[in-house]
Amino acid sequence: MDVTFKIRRQNPDIPGKEKPYWQEFVLRDVDPTDRILETLHRIKWEQDGTLSLRRSCAHGICGSDAMRINGVNRLACKILVRDLGERIQVEPILGMPVIKDLIVDMEPFFDHYRQVMPFFVNEDPLPADGRERLQTQADRELFDDTTKCILCACCTTSCPSFWANGHYVGPAAIVQAHRFIFDTRDQAGKERLDILSEPNGVWRCRTIFNCTPACPREIEVTKAIGEVKLAIRKGKTVGIIQPNVAH
Amino acid sequence: MQVHKHDAIIIGAGGAGLMAALYASKGGADVAVVSKLYPTRSHTGTAQGGIGAALGNLDEDKPIYHTYDTVKGGDYLTDQAAAKILAENAVDAVIELEHMGLPFDRTSAKRISQRRFGGHTRNFGEELVRRACHAADRTGHMILQTLYQQCIKNEVSFFDEFQVVDMIVVDGVCAGVVAIELGSGEFHIFHGKASFFATGGWGRCWSVTSNAHSLTGDGAAIALRRGLPLEDMEFFQFHPTGIYRMGILITEGVRGEGGVLINSQGERFMERYAPSAKDLASRDVVSRAIYLETRAGRSIKDRGYVHLDVRPQTVNRYFAEEGRDRGDFIDAAAVERKLPDILDFCRTYLGVDPVKEPMPVQPTAHYAMGGIPTNVDAEVIIDAAGAIMPGAYAAGETACVSVHGANRLGTNSLVDLVVFGRRGGMKVAEYVKGADWKPLPANVGAEIHAEFDRIRGGSGSSRPGELRQLMQQTMMENVGVFRTEETLQQGIEDLAELRERFHKDLQIDDKSRVFNTDLMEAWELGCLIDLADVTARAALERKESRGAHSREDFKARDDENWMAHSLASMSGEMSDPHFELNFDLKVDLSLWEEEIAQGIPEDQQKFRPIERVY
Repeated sequence: MDVTFKIRRQNPDIPGKEKPYWQEFVLRDVDPTDRILETLHRIKWEQDGTLSLRRSCAHGICGSDAMRINGVNRLACKILVRDLGERIQVEPILGMPVIKDLIVDMEPFFDHYRQVMPFFVNEDPLPADGRERLQTQADRELFDDTTKCILCACCTTSCPSFWANGHYVGPAAIVQAHRFIFDTRDQAGKERLDILSEPNGVWRCRTIFNCTPACPREIEVTKAIGEVKLAIRKGKTVGIIQPNVAH
Repeated sequence: MQVHKHDAIIIGAGGAGLMAALYASKGGADVAVVSKLYPTRSHTGTAQGGIGAALGNLDEDKPIYHTYDTVKGGDYLTDQAAAKILAENAVDAVIELEHMGLPFDRTSAKRISQRRFGGHTRNFGEELVRRACHAADRTGHMILQTLYQQCIKNEVSFFDEFQVVDMIVVDGVCAGVVAIELGSGEFHIFHGKASFFATGGWGRCWSVTSNAHSLTGDGAAIALRRGLPLEDMEFFQFHPTGIYRMGILITEGVRGEGGVLINSQGERFMERYAPSAKDLASRDVVSRAIYLETRAGRSIKDRGYVHLDVRPQTVNRYFAEEGRDRGDFIDAAAVERKLPDILDFCRTYLGVDPVKEPMPVQPTAHYAMGGIPTNVDAEVIIDAAGAIMPGAYAAGETACVSVHGANRLGTNSLVDLVVFGRRGGMKVAEYVKGADWKPLPANVGAEIHAEFDRIRGGSGSSRPGELRQLMQQTMMENVGVFRTEETLQQGIEDLAELRERFHKDLQIDDKSRVFNTDLMEAWELGCLIDLADVTARAALERKESRGAHSREDFKARDDENWMAHSLASMSGEMSDPHFELNFDLKVDLSLWEEEIAQGIPEDQQKFRPIERVY
């Protein structure tokens, strides 16, 4: 099949192209099962080497190639042509400064990530037998869903609350905090809840639900945010997620 | 050029790099991690099935069994003392990962859960053992995330999206590296007492690969260009189960959970090739079997792929035939729980639901056993006598210790990067305390700057994308699973032509500075061509079949003549280099030698090189 691509472009380095503009490309003989990443590569490799994007693993794990494709945030390597049709529009994810073409400045996103103490904290002495800490599989499953996050920013940059206020930590940072808050081995849950109860924390979430369908890892993002809100309201982390309804 | 000065420069932010950064930093060194990707984008994150360690949480297990499996899996090219360190350190390293918060799955006794994996056995090959510690089928993702989180906690400095393009060698000492800041296109000098290469593999030399687009062997190519040798480049692993045509990896964990390979006759053909281990024989054995089935006309629809079947009814039927306990039987829910990402890949990319249908798979270029030669402390070795280059370190896939020998066992890549990343990090911390700063040469970075100007100025008619595709095709056809003198000669000829076009006829569209991926991809292609060339030449020279290196004109392993590692080096003009190859570095057989010294009779020796049978 032939597919027409309309791509949002911008290059601060080239006079006349500093401002965003749209450019169309036509690809012949596209296989409907091609990933959008493959088609963008074909444009870059066969027609215009200046087309710029980030990508790495090409199968939805590294989180490099988040883009707005036909108006929806997706990983270019995890959506196929057959799911989109013969006219495909590609633009950078919203709410972050564009560096060039489909590449945005990710620093604000990682800044928010670093704010929520995204690391395991446990100050107790290590087990005397020199072995692992113990945890039941049921407790392990409480936070299984949020361990899947790949920091691609699809959720955060689909969130109208984030578009309205770039200081809002955003869904991805809350998902990362959730992974530790509900880990029975971790001891810094309270500090993270304090951080997230500040004005730019979870309460900026208006439960619009854009984040959940945007997640290429199918994390129930809005649900996770709800669990963090509930933990803040109840002032505890235990008993918020019931094992029998774990993700 | 802006100059940054840190005790230790870690190049690459996958598992090996982050482990080294963490331990060097804990040891008191001022560490900078320089990576062309954001750390969480690194390829360690795609590792699926597990990390092997003889914890014995579910089955009786000992590090010496893991050592044995690693040596045997490597077809006896593995350095035995290094394999012992790998297996012993693996236990501590995995426990430490848990202490860092890694969310492993758990057993009913609340300990780290373990699963079966190809080639991992109990009691020197007696039966398969549950050794692979796992976090669902995203173990690598959890390792990468956990290590990055701990680096943030320890306030390690990161230079994200800085691509290292050259190393600085002063009087035989490594004094740092040159990098390009992708966002600005500017060159930066990283002046360090220690430079630690953890840049991963070069699977992108082949057309069907499980490897990320970014796996272009930068570190190994830089070392080669600076006159360092590369070890055992002829050994590149094809993983048997990549998704048909796409190459995306389907973890061996699928077979660890009972999945079986089926040909067009509906036959579980691995029973013929490996009567004991069957589908969980080592990867080189299974990949060859799929090719041989294809040649015999028994691939599905005659298209070069076979079926990987993990449907509960299939798995349970074979479990019953094998007399396995009914408690081992699986249902659809177990498949969903244990292999969520695999199901997601198949449903997304193939429209195939593995709970209901078998998956189409073919061998996919997966892992470099060879690379920058190092000792067991990640110090870079420059000759067969074991001399080191002070200040230069390497670990992970880009390095060759050699623990994987001629064929790596599943899970041992993750073991390798945590074990040798950790040991290397500790060694670096110790080294930088005593080492002096080497002054930088006056013209530092000038040479590589000129090389980039040359590439950027390319106004010929050969697009990097076209050259890359041609390289990948010839490597797949001529330097793949099976090789002969003719195919290897053809490969070398094709590569020479591509090299010529790369140097004389390159076309670069993007002349700008900011995030010039056209330029960077072209430079990476140059790295791939160098590594492909060395691979083909080493493969041509090794006239035997061993592990992943399978010569149809020399079908047998030949211990008398080839019990040695290859060391390949390159010199002269990059457009027409001169290659040298020697086999002076002998395989370390110290565990076998100990057995002989102890007077253990030959038939009871465990580490004597014998024919591999699975």
